[in-house]
Amino acid sequence: MNQVNRLTGGQINRAKELNFRFDGRSFKGFEGDTLASALLANGERLMGRSFKYHRPRGVLTAGSEEPNALVELRQGNRQEPNTRATVAELFEGLEAKAQNAWPSLRFDAMAVNDRISNFLTAGFYYKTFMWPKPFWEKVYEPIIRKAAGLGSISFEDDPDLYDKGFLHCDLLIIGAGPTGLAAALTAGRCGARVILADEDFRMGGRLNAETLALGDASGSDWAAEAIAELASLDNVRLMTRTTVIGAFDHGIYGAVERVQDHLPQAQADKPRQILWRIYSRRAMLCAGAMERPIAFADNDRPGVMLASAVRSYVNRWAAAPAQEIVIFTNNDDGHRTAADLIAKGVKVPAVIDVRADAPAVAGAELLAGAEVIGTEGRLGLTSVTVRLANGQTRKIKCGSLAVSGGWNPNVHLTCHQRGRPHWNAELAAFVPGPELPSGMTVAGAANGQLSTAQALAGGASGAVAALGDLGTTAKAIDLPQTEDAPIALKPFWHVQGGKSRAWVDLQNDVTVKDVKLAHQENFVSVEHLKRYTTLGMATDQGKTSNMLGLAVMAELTGKSIPETGTTIFRPPYTPVPMGTMAGRATGKHFHPTRKTPSHHWAEEQGAVFTEVGDWLRAQWFPRQGETHWRQSVDREVLQTRKSVGVCDVTTLGKIDVQGKDAATFLNKVYANAFAKLPVGKVRYGLMLREDGIAYDDGTAARLAEDHFVVTTTTANAVLAYRNMEFARQCLWPDLDVQLISTTEAWAQYAVAGPNARKLLKKIVDADVDISNEGFPFMACGEITLCGGLRARLFRISFSGELAYEVAVPTRYGDALVRALMEAGEEFDVTPYGTEALGVMRIEKGHAAGNELNGTTTALNLGLGRMVSKKKDCIGNTLSERKGLSDAAGLRLVGFRPVKAQDPVTAGAHLMRASGEISADTDQGYITSACFSPNLGCSIGIGFLKDGANRMGEKLRAANPLEGSTVEVEVVSAHFIDPEGERLRA
Amino acid sequence: MLNLKPITALGAEVPQVDSFDGLEIAERADFALASLAARQGEEVLCATKAQAYLGFALPQPGQGSLAAPFSAFWMGPDQWMIAAPHDRHEDLASHLKQALGESASVSEQTDGWCRFDLSGAGLQAVLERLCNADLASMAAGEARRVRLEHLGCFIWCLEPSQSVAILGPRSSAASLHHALVGAAKSAL
Amino acid sequence: MMIDHPLLGLRDAQEFTYLGDASLIDRPDWQAEDAQDAFHDYLYLRDNPAGAHRELWFHETGDRSWLVVTRNTLTHEITKVELARDVARARGRSK
Repeated sequence: MNQVNRLTGGQINRAKELNFRFDGRSFKGFEGDTLASALLANGERLMGRSFKYHRPRGVLTAGSEEPNALVELRQGNRQEPNTRATVAELFEGLEAKAQNAWPSLRFDAMAVNDRISNFLTAGFYYKTFMWPKPFWEKVYEPIIRKAAGLGSISFEDDPDLYDKGFLHCDLLIIGAGPTGLAAALTAGRCGARVILADEDFRMGGRLNAETLALGDASGSDWAAEAIAELASLDNVRLMTRTTVIGAFDHGIYGAVERVQDHLPQAQADKPRQILWRIYSRRAMLCAGAMERPIAFADNDRPGVMLASAVRSYVNRWAAAPAQEIVIFTNNDDGHRTAADLIAKGVKVPAVIDVRADAPAVAGAELLAGAEVIGTEGRLGLTSVTVRLANGQTRKIKCGSLAVSGGWNPNVHLTCHQRGRPHWNAELAAFVPGPELPSGMTVAGAANGQLSTAQALAGGASGAVAALGDLGTTAKAIDLPQTEDAPIALKPFWHVQGGKSRAWVDLQNDVTVKDVKLAHQENFVSVEHLKRYTTLGMATDQGKTSNMLGLAVMAELTGKSIPETGTTIFRPPYTPVPMGTMAGRATGKHFHPTRKTPSHHWAEEQGAVFTEVGDWLRAQWFPRQGETHWRQSVDREVLQTRKSVGVCDVTTLGKIDVQGKDAATFLNKVYANAFAKLPVGKVRYGLMLREDGIAYDDGTAARLAEDHFVVTTTTANAVLAYRNMEFARQCLWPDLDVQLISTTEAWAQYAVAGPNARKLLKKIVDADVDISNEGFPFMACGEITLCGGLRARLFRISFSGELAYEVAVPTRYGDALVRALMEAGEEFDVTPYGTEALGVMRIEKGHAAGNELNGTTTALNLGLGRMVSKKKDCIGNTLSERKGLSDAAGLRLVGFRPVKAQDPVTAGAHLMRASGEISADTDQGYITSACFSPNLGCSIGIGFLKDGANRMGEKLRAANPLEGSTVEVEVVSAHFIDPEGERLRA
Repeated sequence: MLNLKPITALGAEVPQVDSFDGLEIAERADFALASLAARQGEEVLCATKAQAYLGFALPQPGQGSLAAPFSAFWMGPDQWMIAAPHDRHEDLASHLKQALGESASVSEQTDGWCRFDLSGAGLQAVLERLCNADLASMAAGEARRVRLEHLGCFIWCLEPSQSVAILGPRSSAASLHHALVGAAKSAL
Repeated sequence: MMIDHPLLGLRDAQEFTYLGDASLIDRPDWQAEDAQDAFHDYLYLRDNPAGAHRELWFHETGDRSWLVVTRNTLTHEITKVELARDVARARGRSK
């Protein structure tokens, strides 16, 4: 059985034969085939089982609107479910599997559903699985999930690459049929930047599928010539295999290009698909039209197809769906199918036309005024039963039935910005309404201009108009002579009085009866109909069924179709793989990584890293023999407090604030006063939100009268900068102040501990005085070190020790940390990471992110006195609200366990020593906790009601999550050196 | 004599070069950068002094100038980025500040950025997979801030359609480089 | 969406960070008698029009300008784009 239904001609490459497998059987096809055309050429009509009833199904269409012929393409981790056989290009070695069939496509056990179909009607799930309630999640849903659904996934990681990209053009033309080609030639020849995108791998649209002539050339030759000319133009980008999936605001379109789906093996480093964001000044929708079916009893058998699809298979792919094909139509266009089939030598036993006055057909019997009332054939069509005009029935043998119910303009993308299509009575179809996405025009069949001549003219004039909007004069191309048939159609939706079910939505197994049931149960709104019956859902989104469902509902309600409602569409136009949406942002490339200047050095030291936002920071530096992180962290803390430690603090945000009014500006963005800060000094600063809640803190160093360097926390660097720009531009627009981030420009290290000065003295240049007198606590200055390198020195301390922060241009950061460590050898210097940093700041009672948690005020933090009442600053006024200024409110204090071995846990809530543990008796909560190697026990800081006045009180720290309660004593948050003598040493 | 050895943004002693069919991606470490912002009310004085020092007028919004030894591009209202060769202008910021005095605010930006120069016939094909800058519309010297690999970067046009410099946050040099190389392999 | 930046021309809205109602420019006088109430209203009370809305956008991946964009919240049509600094000055925030 080798390609028994292959005809002559067609746009396939017979020189290149391809082997492929479908459902375990081997076949041959040709280059240029789709999986569907190759299967039809091999006499295979059965391609899948339906979603709900597991009915045998074949192919309905020849395009991306296909509801039935869904397959699982490829194997292993490249297996993709729900691939439409109609658009899957054939390649050597293609493997496909039918879906929804077990154990096999020909014998499917789940087809028993079809026998009990009376129970599986619309709303079945809603009605049946209501009770008992807990059963839904535990019992019903898992069973239904297993039985239903389309296809299956591999559960393996997708091995392919996906790209994203950006394109710009004057005119985006969506669809490369006659309309799109005429538009592209018109626009391309005048030099406009044009993108012509088509979802097919061969441009030309219906010109490749029809036998029409354009001038002296066949449609496909005319298209090929047009494409060749366009390809020669530098200003035109031709994008085949590219589906425009969405029309977004202001001329932005989304498109998916399938770069490698048609290749047997994806090329390494190349993307499988690309998601393009297209910026267009104007766009033309030239997406053509889709033929629609007619519903009749058992209209779902393999072999029942759309008439236009039959022509596509016969003309473009030289594949006949069967040896004998009957036609069922309500319009003249359907008759064209008979002529094409006869010309190819396929028998046409009859043309059944619902119109009593249908025109005659040359070479085939016309049954005017007749209707198909049934079909036969278990796994494929063998005959159709026809009710003739005189009421008699007749059975006609055939392997395929070509159905035409008229054409629906493809208005999909016109709806993406709330546009609603309008009813056109002449076409008996919806056409684009007046509210189109901005910059879009619609031409050709998509706009209801269904003849080839109209399409060409519409494309050419549409391009002239679109470019005219942009101020470019274009000249419409000379149009060839071609078909210009008028619309001749009798609206006809479904055959009345059939015995079996008539299918409206083949993908979701929705029948005319289901629509009737929905109507009977008062689901008359189209939106409700859709949700109740599932009509128009799933991968095809009802492209071939929505109109039919609407027509049936209109008939039932006695209203006209436009009164009943419209169907609108949302992006994406066709299904998009999740991988395409993700692009390259997967795994460790989900977000970029920021490395500190000491990163390479820290790696050499065996540091353990932690993620802080995008930053990778050394968490601790294990030394030989240390088996637990606590050993490393305790050592780093003790060594720093005893001698000296070095920590990379580059990640703090740094903002350069300059200008005559820089100090005035800082006065406004910080809660505390900065105007009088002397040059050469640093001050701690607290930033409030306008509602009075503290949101960030840091330091501001005054390098000159008109120059400050402000630091922010690592996490808030971007936000603080944005807020400062807001204050500068929107609130105080005439202050002379300029801002720029310098976070990355400087590598900054904290050098902390009693020997910090001694160590630094070996690094800074000889003329730099860093003595306690020459460079006291909170001093800052621009210095040189290591033989003349410009640097900045700040005497600030997060650890509570004698400490400095030293900054150099980032490129020298690696060398500086090495120099610091070498110079520190004699002091047994240790590098310390974020854990030790955290321990030391808790020991010192310094607030950090845990304390600035979006609910706390300066008062809560014990910094109430800092907030200046004498000046205007952000957050000042509202921080004085009654609820935020309660003298007995939460205050930051410290906690020690009463029993030294007990742990203090962050997040624990504070309760009085006795009594009920409940939210009502809550006294506050612990925000940060750690083991303090200096105190030899666990410690914490947190917020306690009236905390400043409760020193020494015993409380319980309750942690109901873990069921633990620990007795703690309220102490000062400054566990180490409360007088600050070390800082000033 | 300075005894600290600098490293490149990618962490090596010498800049990295990656070559593809139609594109070269060259890390650059040999440039100094400084931002320059006119003080309020001093815009004219700033422009005059800057022109005297740089040898060309400060660029208009969205534009830039390429010259030797200085180049510049517009970054924001009354704000520019100035570039010069690193070996002779490491102190660019302080020299600029001296030249412009009270008329401008100047900040050293040299090591705030890593820089990769992309050049070759395949530039367009690679760039369009990275960011939304429309290369075809960019004039020499012009820079656009874009989002690239989730990073705020400048695309600085060195030669129309042929060569751009990409300035990205230095700490993310490895991520940026990975994205550039990935796009080159993908598109070329 | 595309925002027609007064200095740079059409720019993708993805380059911007959205803040909200442009009335945030009209920060009350902290020394006024009713400062508490005025700040409360300033911070918490907003109109939410179905139609033209003046709103603040920050060109974060761009020139760092704050813009006042007049946008129709129903159609996304943008009818006016101004530099927020100019708006602030026009609304008397110069001193």
